[in-house]
Amino acid sequence: MKILVPVKRVVDFNVKVRVKPDGSGVDLANVKMSMNPFDEIAVEAALRLKEAGKAEEVIVVSIGPAQASEIVRTGLAMGADRGILVKTETTVEPLAVAKILKGVAEREAVNLVILGKQAIDDDCNQTGQMLAALLGWPQGTFASKLEVAGENLEVQREIDGGLQKLMLKLPAIVTTDLRLNEPRYASLPNIMKAKKKPLEEIAADTLGVDVLPRLKVITTTEPAGRVAGQKVASVTELVSKLKTEAGVL
Amino acid sequence: MATLLIADHDNTLINDATRKALSAAQQMGGSVQVLVAGHEAQRAAEAASRLDGVEKILLADAVFYGHGLAEPVADLIVALAPSFDAIVAPSTAFGKNILPRVAALLDVMQVSDVIRVLAPDTFERPIYAGNALQTVQVIDAKKVLTIRTASFDAAADGSAAPIELLSDRGDTGISTFVEETVVKSTRPELSSAKTIVSGGRALGSPEHFTQFIEPVADALGAAMGASRAAVDAGYAPNDWQVGQTGKVVAPDLYVAVGISGAIQHLAGMKDSKVIVAINKDPDAPIFQIADYGLVGDLFEIMPELQKALNASAS
Ligand SMILES: Cc1cc2nc3c(=O)[nH]c(=O)nc-3n(C[C@H](O)[C@H](O)[C@H](O)COP(=O)(O)OP(=O)(O)OC[C@H]3O[C@@H](n4cnc5c(N)ncnc54)[C@H](O)[C@@H]3O)c2cc1C
Ligand SMILES: Nc1ncnc2c1ncn2[C@@H]1O[C@H](COP(=O)(O)O)[C@@H](O)[C@H]1O
Repeated sequence: MKILVPVKRVVDFNVKVRVKPDGSGVDLANVKMSMNPFDEIAVEAALRLKEAGKAEEVIVVSIGPAQASEIVRTGLAMGADRGILVKTETTVEPLAVAKILKGVAEREAVNLVILGKQAIDDDCNQTGQMLAALLGWPQGTFASKLEVAGENLEVQREIDGGLQKLMLKLPAIVTTDLRLNEPRYASLPNIMKAKKKPLEEIAADTLGVDVLPRLKVITTTEPAGRVAGQKVASVTELVSKLKTEAGVL
Repeated sequence: MATLLIADHDNTLINDATRKALSAAQQMGGSVQVLVAGHEAQRAAEAASRLDGVEKILLADAVFYGHGLAEPVADLIVALAPSFDAIVAPSTAFGKNILPRVAALLDVMQVSDVIRVLAPDTFERPIYAGNALQTVQVIDAKKVLTIRTASFDAAADGSAAPIELLSDRGDTGISTFVEETVVKSTRPELSSAKTIVSGGRALGSPEHFTQFIEPVADALGAAMGASRAAVDAGYAPNDWQVGQTGKVVAPDLYVAVGISGAIQHLAGMKDSKVIVAINKDPDAPIFQIADYGLVGDLFEIMPELQKALNASAS
């Protein structure tokens, strides 16, 4: 089995982004960028399947600017075999990302694509489901457990109110929830080794995929801020204020 | 404008999230029909038919629709799509799973987590864990939207709309439901509760949730929530997680107990009307957004709070 893991370069999860005063977007100048946390979990899941002898190859792919190759290298340093960068300077929406990924998945003849459930910049939570639709494959979204069982994949999903178990026929799509695993750190020797692993670069516009945005971003604004309230000294004071001042009891 | 609202239900009841998504759909103007895809879901369809202002209920009943499997349900919605300008679902685990699949099959970009309807084709949605709000206009002729339910009021009941029985569109055979463990609780549902008491890593064990969070939640008639750290550590079930990647809530009162206030947690609760924080660290970030902060040890404060609430109730 071959596994494809799409990894996105996003603002590090520790950064609190600032909205540009002119409403044209968020300020990404000199901001720390990292692999989307859910994608680290996806890489880890793929590597564990390989280590368990269920997969032969793990390919990581990122769609983004030249710097996204660093994210691909991170995936290689974690243990992936090969990397692909689909280079584009424009923002690509989930639908277009899914179309590009479809091309890559078909070209590489993979049987499983593991994506993050959500990119923490656009918070869309769409790409995996869209890719599944375009390929006509089944989807196991928000996965917290994965098991390959012959021609099938058993996926435990996090749903409202509890957990759901599905059996999917391979080839299939999985998107990761936080509790699927704890991703490994790349060790220094592996970071060195990753520099020698193959990383292919493809220009997005050579793929014949329509990547024109379908959503027109009109403006980006700062949400109404919340101001810090007051510290109360005791439980008695808290209860009395909730009753009389806030009126919520 | 004709809108198809995809109901999230358990084959018997229509949940609150669907009622909220209906409010958003109605703000777009025009008519709303509701799809109830399920198994032995007649009662859910009847419940849906009483939703205020809906034109018609479309009921599709088959075994493979019973657990919201994305593949057959998406095919069904795509088959209905030509008659509608917009397809709307609540941003629940069910809606988030199915609707992007529908959007891709229709070659349309979905707008996820709509928090405001500005025009029938223009919507506001949060990005970067709610640290920025984006206004987007849909260029595609058909709109596919998921609705962040914390941002809309629940539609009430009105007069009964007719129910039309659809034939199923068949199963795909590529996915099968195995089992589900859903915890039924007598507490209010987290995503629609008026009051929520949430615990963080500081609780230290599931027993402490029972001992220190639950009694206060009981006294307040509240739902219980948790931070990711508490869920990851196994102190609380996964569907209690509040935050960027858990549930987004906006109750009248949110009590955060032993939760530091990471951006990802705030993303899920900062629109609550009144926020109370209980934390032993006076510099915990949660205090920057709390209306009322109490600095101290939760293991002392919570039993005291329970007593005070019970005393003030009687
Ligand atoms: C991609 C991604 C998504 C995430 N999504 C979410 C999400 O949806 N929801 C979420 O919650 N988090 C999420 N997180 C995690 C988030 O970054 C924080 O790690 C998490 O919220 C911390 O949980 P906590 O506040 O319970 O724990 P901590 O940060 O460890 O805070 C514990 C707090 O308890 C206080 N405390 C300790 N003992 C006591 C005591 N006896 N009495 C009173 N106070 C005490 C401490 O002072 C501290 O402030 C996400 C992270 C990532 C990377
Ligand atoms: N530009 C991209 N390059 C690689 N993978 C991506 C890209 N955008 C999205 N993905 C994948 O799709 C998942 C969900 O993203 P989204 O639908 O944008 O929330 C991410 O966790 C990634 O696995």
